[in-house]
Parts: sequence; C-alpha cells; structure tokens
Amino acid sequence: MKSITRSKPFDEMKKCLGRFDRIFVIGCGTCATMTRTGGIEEVAEMIAHLQEWGKIVTGSTVIPTACDEMTGAAMAENGQAIRDAICILVMSCALGVQKTAQYINKPVIPALDTLFIGIEESPGIFREACDQCGECVLGETAGICPITACHKGLINGPCGGTNNGKCEVDKERDCAWTLIYQLLEKQGRLDLMKKYQPPRNFHVAPRPRLIRVTNHQSPVEGQ
Amino acid sequence: MTQSLREALDSGRFVITSEIGPPKGTNIARMLHHIDLLKDKVDALNVTDHQSSVMRFPSIGGCLAIKERGGEPILQMTCRDRNRLALQAELLLAYTRGIRNVLCLTGDAIPVGDHKQARGVFDLDSSQLLHTIRLMESGKDLGGNDLDGAVEFCAGAIVTPEAKPLEPQLARFEKKVEAGAEFFQTQAIYDLENFTRFMEFARQFRVKVLAGIILLVSARMARYMNDNVPGVLVPQNLIDELASAPKGEALSRGIEIAGRMIATLRKDAICDGVHVMAIGRE
Repeated sequence: MKSITRSKPFDEMKKCLGRFDRIFVIGCGTCATMTRTGGIEEVAEMIAHLQEWGKIVTGSTVIPTACDEMTGAAMAENGQAIRDAICILVMSCALGVQKTAQYINKPVIPALDTLFIGIEESPGIFREACDQCGECVLGETAGICPITACHKGLINGPCGGTNNGKCEVDKERDCAWTLIYQLLEKQGRLDLMKKYQPPRNFHVAPRPRLIRVTNHQSPVEGQ
Repeated sequence: MTQSLREALDSGRFVITSEIGPPKGTNIARMLHHIDLLKDKVDALNVTDHQSSVMRFPSIGGCLAIKERGGEPILQMTCRDRNRLALQAELLLAYTRGIRNVLCLTGDAIPVGDHKQARGVFDLDSSQLLHTIRLMESGKDLGGNDLDGAVEFCAGAIVTPEAKPLEPQLARFEKKVEAGAEFFQTQAIYDLENFTRFMEFARQFRVKVLAGIILLVSARMARYMNDNVPGVLVPQNLIDELASAPKGEALSRGIEIAGRMIATLRKDAICDGVHVMAIGRE
C-alpha cells in the first residue's frame, strides 16, 4: 500500500504557516520518499525555501515510516529542536500528519495533499487501486476495481460515455468496464456481466471506522 | 394528449417522442414555446436532467409545465446529482403530479459539465434506479419500509447501438431489461444497417425501442459529433450530402436526411418508433 501525495502550492502553505517563524520539518522515508514529496532531498529543498522566505528552521528529520510508532521515538530524539519550534511542518501523507499531532501539543501543518491509495504501475507512475469501500467485488470483476477504475464507480457495467474502450472524461484512460468485459470473456465468465448488483452499502463500516484485532480471531468491527 | 406513453407503445403503432431542454435561468418562455410547438405532434416529450452535467432548470419543472399544457411528459432522471433518498422522493412527487413516465439514466460525468468541482453522487446507477421504481410500485422503498401510497411508472432507459466495443453495452442493455425497463430510447443512430443488426438482438426481449434521431444541421456539426460525442457515428456519405448542400440549405438537407431515415425505420418496421432531438431547431 502506498499513500500517494502531492506537494501543496508554496503559497497555500505560506498562508497556513503565517506568523509561525520557527519551524521543525518532518519528512517520511516510505511513501512520500517514493513519490518524491517528502524524502531527504525534498526536506532539504523545503528548508532552503523556508529560510529564503525568512523563517528559522530549528531542525528536521526524515522518519522511516511517519505513520507508525517510530514517530514518537523520532520526535523524542529531536526533543530540543522541536521544543524550539513554534510549529511542525510535516511532509508526509495525512496519516503521518495525524500521527505527529498525537505526540505534540503544537500546531502541525501538512505540506502535502494526500490524493489516494495507489500502486506503482511502472517507475514513477502511481495508479489509484483501492477506495477501501469495505465490500470487495474484485472476485466478480476480473481483478479490476470498478469503484476506482471507473470514473463514476459503477458496479453494473459501462455507462454510455465509453468510446472506443476509453472513458468519457479522458480519452487517454481506459474504460474499466471494457477491460473487465474483455478479461471476463477470456476467463469464460461473461455471465457475471449480466449479474445485477444491488445498490452499494456505504455503511459497511460506519465512520469513523475502527477495528480491533484480537489474537485468535478475525478482526471485529467496533470497540 | 389523449393517450399515455404506455398505451401508445402497446398500441403497436409507430411512436414518436421528442425532447425539451430546460433553460439556464428563470426565463422559461422559450421552453414553453418549444413545448407548445411539439406537444401535440408527438406521443411524449422528454425533459432533460442537467444534460451534459450543465446546471439548468430541473427536469421535473419542465415535466410539470408539459403536464399543465396538456402534453405527456417523460421525466429524465440521472443518478449523478441525487442520492437514493432524493431520487425516491422525486418519484413520489412526480407520481402525485400525474407524471407517469421516467427515463432512467446514470448521467454524464461531472467533469464534462460546467460545475467541474462538484461531487458526482452515483449512489445508484440506471439499472438500480429501474429496480427501485419496480420496488416502489410494490409499495416498498429501498430501505425496506412500507410506502403509504405506491407509484406506477412506464419506465425506460437508454442504449448506445453504435458503441465501440458494443458487447459490454449489450450486456448492460440486458441488465436494464431485467431491472424493469419497458422501453428504450437510443443514442443517435445514422447507420441503418448497423441499427438493424442491433434490433435483431433487441427483438429477443419484450421491450419497445425508439431510435434516436439527432437532426444534423451542418457537415461541421456531423464531424464534431463524430469526434466528440461517445457512441455517435455519422457515416461519410451523410457528411458529404450535407457538405454538398447549397449555402444556407444545410439545415433543410439535414431535415431531409432525418425524414428519410424515419420513413425507412417506419416502412420497414425496423423499430417501434423514434426519439427526435432537434437541439434548439424546433
């Protein structure tokens, strides 16, 4: 799983940072490093930008995985520099931002926008792969997710906008349902194209979602 | 209008429908004018629902106007802008106001329209909306609750006979039939041989098919549709015919082409009727 991020425009971040003139910068060694939005190099560039703008950077660190328990330890290691800062600028996905916020009672500002959960299709190309909808249909759709791969998230087949196997919103993008049809045909499972799918359950796991994993059981929902 | 759309479809005669595009704004004079021009010449009039994802006066508003003026409206409902509560509520409203025909569509994508940052809903799709209508006719809503007063609709859907590839669309067509569609209006068709082949497939099912006819007003428009409208293919010979029309007569040539197609569809009983879209040239 990779959390795909994009850098916020520097002007938008400037508004968020405003009067905070002493800043500690955190990057992430996992997803944000792969997407080149929060790795060692990007953190160094950010520090240079902030200093150019007249801010004081009290320190920085790139946490191996900003969304796990290491974040607490990494922040403790940088205790003095973090205490010197007025705010923390986090160059990771929203998971890392939230994890950071759990450990410190100071403003935590995201430097990135989190776009989607994706897989790396080829070097540098990340494709949205899962909406985490809680009702996986991949078994009936030849391993292609219609929730994410179809622009409208349709589960009962293609809309009328499909054109030469492409999507109506973008002539470069494949129509998910054309691909699903072709694969099901190869697998001899075209009957699935005619199977009516009832309206989706958008409350498979009501928000905020929470799962407790116990030792010898499947995960159970809720507290 | 003395006959409902369902009665017209059941009568076995060649049915003609057309459509009304509501305005962007409160000036509805032109829409009312179009309704008055068409209502007695056709069996029923569709009213488009934020066509091409462009925000407009609502479909149900246009349908009520048709009803008030003695016409037979077909309420177009897309699943793009309303969730299942809002869709069901609108069906209740439509029924109480005498609207008896619904065309169920999934809806164009948000980014093709004029509110590109809006959220596309798609809580239901067209098949599920058809299913919902049949469920509500049985006196239940999608939540499994009893309705105090059910609905009854002549429900239809759309199909694109020129789609490429066609097979996934045909599977979808079957699913819509299963879900309860009793009539289909097609995306614009121009190649009658292709359409006849499609009809051989469609005739397996107990549904009525009205061929979509979009009036061609110029060779330029025909080329534009070929390049930009999914599932529409104007053959080269028709484009040439339009291009060869003397200056200022392309529109009448287009009307001639449409008339010729409709006459053939009717004479050879290829389908059950036509849905004519005059796109502002009423």
